[in-house]
Amino acid sequence: MYYREAGDFKTSYRADQQNFPIRFDRIHFWVMMVLAFGVVPFFINDYWANAVFVPFLIFAIATLGLNLLTGYCGQVSLGSAGFMAVGAYACYKLMTSFPDLNFFVVVLLSGGITAMVGTAFGLPSLRIKGFYLAVATLAAQFFLVWLFNKVPWFYNNSASGQISVPRREMLGIPITGPETAASTKYLICLIIVFVLGFVARNLTRGRIGRSWMAIRDMDFAAEIIGVDPLRAKLSAFAISSFYIGIAGALFFSVYLGAVEVGEAFGINNSFLILFMVIIGGLGSIYGSFAGAAFLILMPVLLKNVLVSGLGWPSDLAAHLEFMIMGALIIIFLIVEPHGLARLWAVTKQKLRLWPFPY
Amino acid sequence: MSPDFLYAIEVLLNGLMAGVMYSLVALGFVLIFKASGVFNYAQGVMALFAALTLVGIMNGQVPFSHLINAVFGTHLHDFGWQVPALAAIALTAVVMVFFAILVEKLILKYLIGQEPIILFMATIGLAYFMEGFGDLMWGADIKALDVGLPKGGSLWIEENTVWLAAEGERFFGFFIDKLDISATIVAIILVVALTLFSQYTATGRALRAVADDHQAAMSVGISLRAIWVITWSIAGFVALVAGIMWGSKSGVQFSLAFIVLKALPVLMLGGFTSIPGAIVGGLIIGMGEKLFEFFIGPLIGGATENWFAYVLALIFLVFRPQGLFGERIIERV
Repeated sequence: MYYREAGDFKTSYRADQQNFPIRFDRIHFWVMMVLAFGVVPFFINDYWANAVFVPFLIFAIATLGLNLLTGYCGQVSLGSAGFMAVGAYACYKLMTSFPDLNFFVVVLLSGGITAMVGTAFGLPSLRIKGFYLAVATLAAQFFLVWLFNKVPWFYNNSASGQISVPRREMLGIPITGPETAASTKYLICLIIVFVLGFVARNLTRGRIGRSWMAIRDMDFAAEIIGVDPLRAKLSAFAISSFYIGIAGALFFSVYLGAVEVGEAFGINNSFLILFMVIIGGLGSIYGSFAGAAFLILMPVLLKNVLVSGLGWPSDLAAHLEFMIMGALIIIFLIVEPHGLARLWAVTKQKLRLWPFPY
Repeated sequence: MSPDFLYAIEVLLNGLMAGVMYSLVALGFVLIFKASGVFNYAQGVMALFAALTLVGIMNGQVPFSHLINAVFGTHLHDFGWQVPALAAIALTAVVMVFFAILVEKLILKYLIGQEPIILFMATIGLAYFMEGFGDLMWGADIKALDVGLPKGGSLWIEENTVWLAAEGERFFGFFIDKLDISATIVAIILVVALTLFSQYTATGRALRAVADDHQAAMSVGISLRAIWVITWSIAGFVALVAGIMWGSKSGVQFSLAFIVLKALPVLMLGGFTSIPGAIVGGLIIGMGEKLFEFFIGPLIGGATENWFAYVLALIFLVFRPQGLFGERIIERV
């Protein structure tokens, strides 16, 4: 009753090829966008921005990036947090070396630098695959974190070894630094997420995305039908790292403000992003958002229910969070390897017939 | 001999000993990988869990006391008894067998025939679950583990190696931890026992058959699921040994779970399917990272041990993807 594609006729190629070919999806999407851009910024406060919205948006970018690599191209990476660190430090160096550069340009450039680093660490993927590759990407994780810890040039010789974001303004409104308003932080992230989500969606249904999926499904066959594995794999690493680098730059400059590399970009974050991809759905753009939202909201909810609601000590809640997260991963891998995205697709199938299933 | 050279040798020896500790963890990996094709990321957490359980049993702690106290408002902490080390080790081994059965019944059964990478990610989930579960059961504070192994530097070795340097040089003999020596002995016993087990017992032969070819093994009547339970139990036992060694060395704490990250490059170097590979790989990594830290570390800021093993393994992979002793993977794209 609610979800109808009958009577939704296409009369041009353009209409047939658009991002959301079904009218219901289109309306749904634009309503969400109006809410996100037009309503939320007016009601957001510091708690909601810092606990839920901003980390959700930033991790959504990182999850999109890893999903392009793991979900679409089939190359598992455990070095995501390391690449986020590259983005963060690139952002810091650019902001301090070129104070007049526009913030969005800085973020894009940080993504570009991360893409180069990511491609370099993607080179082993040409010879090894599966979990050999997963372990090889751990090398990137440990090496990069060590590098940013040990070479003073990266943190401008600051005594604490931390990097902290300088204050920048755009149109007279502070966009980074401690005085930034919650709604500004949120909007910056939202705009970037919107653009990157759009690009990712269209990349994956175009030539590049199809060559990735061919490599993922069967690399021999893909090579025989003319997909160049070298280009496909390295482009997947480059674009994925570009996304993750941007996420890292925002994580540092907009969300945290000051960063100590081992804490903010440790291996636990790599796993967190991988979990978001698995729970959201391997090979799904929508799933990246769903997974990020789920894993950001779950600890907040647990904390509110257990610590504030029942008065349990917070370390208990933290242990339970670990258990629930691990159990969820296993359950999803067993029951629904395609994650929340598939659950949503199944729901849509049901909605088409509801309430008259025959 | 000059003191510098002797120091280098001391570093080398200590590296070898550290390598033995890595090998202990890597052994568990190889066992499970050979039998079930599962790359078990949870091996390190299994060691942590085993060590936590051991300490908990020895001190007579009430399991889940923290949770019970939070829910019912009680003040339970321990039963007030002490269990002798050997009995506690036996009990912990039983717990690990029980754990193996649960893993098979609840996870592996449903994932038969999935791609290796899916199984790998499932074990990451398992690792997270057990980390939370272990902490919930026994508490997250750092605990001292003492099962009666000798500790501290060995005076005997120090006294008997002083003569190596000339009179008046600043050299006081090799410093080698007794705990490392016992770890080496335990590792040797473990490897010999495992080899004997897999060569001369019916179960061991069944294990090797499964490792060779799942389908052929099933067709001659070997129960795959029983074999998996047995392998996971053995791996649990190896994890217990590793947990005892690491726990005695640095206390039973959360960071114990991260030794798994040390064992991964060991495996890449030695090959995923070879028990001698795990040992030799561990020795090379242990030796290599200590020597690298000794010679090159001061030049580039130190603390290279975190990544050296990975970079070494990575370079190695490019030239010999199957590792030193692994089975050749013939697959080119």
